[in-house]
Amino acid sequence: MLNKKDLLGIKELSVEEINLILDTAAGFKDVLGRDIKKVPALRGKTTVNLFFEPSTRTRTSFEVAAKRLSTDVINFSVPTSSVVKGESLIDTALTVQALGADFIIIRHASSGVPHLLAKHLNASVINAGDGTNEHPTQALLDAFTIQEKKGKEIASLEIAIVGDIMHSRVAKSNIYCLTALGARVRLIGPPTLIPENLKAMGVSIFHSMEDGLRDVDVLIMLRIQMERQGKGFFPSTEEYFKNWGLTPERLSLAKEDVIVMHPGPMNRGIEIVSEIADGPRSVILEQVTNGIAVRMSVMYLLAGVKR
Amino acid sequence: MSKELMNKKDIERALTRMAHEIIEKNKGTSRLCLIGIQRGGVYLAQRLAAKIQEIERKEVPVGSLDIALYRDDLNIRKQQPVVRRTEVPFEVNDLKIVLVDDVLFTGRSIRSAMDALIDIGRPASIQLAVLIDRGHRELPIKADFVGKNIPTSLSETVEVQMEEEGLEDGVMLRKSKSVEDNGAE
Repeated sequence: MLNKKDLLGIKELSVEEINLILDTAAGFKDVLGRDIKKVPALRGKTTVNLFFEPSTRTRTSFEVAAKRLSTDVINFSVPTSSVVKGESLIDTALTVQALGADFIIIRHASSGVPHLLAKHLNASVINAGDGTNEHPTQALLDAFTIQEKKGKEIASLEIAIVGDIMHSRVAKSNIYCLTALGARVRLIGPPTLIPENLKAMGVSIFHSMEDGLRDVDVLIMLRIQMERQGKGFFPSTEEYFKNWGLTPERLSLAKEDVIVMHPGPMNRGIEIVSEIADGPRSVILEQVTNGIAVRMSVMYLLAGVKR
Repeated sequence: MSKELMNKKDIERALTRMAHEIIEKNKGTSRLCLIGIQRGGVYLAQRLAAKIQEIERKEVPVGSLDIALYRDDLNIRKQQPVVRRTEVPFEVNDLKIVLVDDVLFTGRSIRSAMDALIDIGRPASIQLAVLIDRGHRELPIKADFVGKNIPTSLSETVEVQMEEEGLEDGVMLRKSKSVEDNGAE
């Protein structure tokens, strides 16, 4: 049972809560396969997407999930709102709540913003990515996809996360989630992008693909953020591809039945080549579908918490 | 305090009679299917299907239906009901569906189930089979096939136990302390 008003991060969840969300998501995946993909579960409730950072995929995925559950959805896009007139963050959120929001889905460039809002609001706050902190629903949909492909017991799996770990909220949420479920997690990437102190989270660190990819069951590729180029984290995108790009030769080091994941959007030819992204080992598009099921599960379970 | 209303034999006999009634009313098993409501109804649907098959020598498709997402009390319950799988591995369009549940009480579960079914397809008809009808309807819903009618008071709960859940077959009537718990399933 989920005893929380908000989903702020995986760090705040117990293993039981993670499993409940994943198990419930399986029921919603069924719904998505039907002709009528909508259920009346949250009829009459209102969802507000409050995105202070650009996002198409996550926002759309939450919008679809909210609509499939029969809630009304309002997209509060920042450039057109009073935020540009200098309204404070909490005032904006209180205004959104006064409009009747039951769920506020928030993305913000600063870590901790969802946590701050959750304290001031009665509505359920769902973190859709805060700074370099967490992106919990991405980690949940990744875990759900892995379970779907590799079986429910993921404790025995070797999972590699490749790329810019330091700036990645997806990586952080994934590390919390996958280690909580018992998987063995390794991080692969340039030393400048993997802080050594992450070892405290129970992961191993590799700086070369050739060492790190051996016998891996699951490969999670991260997006190289172009804005990091030229800031000294890696010499150039060409150099990055040469050392850490995913090519068929490198993929052959992993287990034969390895699956390749990517949270999107992909930089083809930089962190991953098209041949793999579109190939038989890729589950990238299934991640997108599963994202809807997992987000439905989270909203459904949060709605059941009395307050 | 609890009292046994039906034992293993009683349930067995009631299901045998219901199987015959289902076949009689539908003039055989043509275009017939059974769909059980999670969870008790699913086991009963499987047992009824086995009996029908024994009698008619024809296989009847069986599905399971989860109604959690169609309930009308999601806003007033303390905790969200567990979402289980709906597994109907056949087209329900133009089929005669016998919906199966363990206990018929307020009728609200059946209303939810009918909404859920109609989102899957357009059946030719929906009939209702229940092991126990305990009265106290809140909606205009009536069962076509009933194992046993049992008059109850609102302060009691009816519990159907089944071997499939690792218990001995039986139907128990219990005095419940809290009225709120009634008919939670």
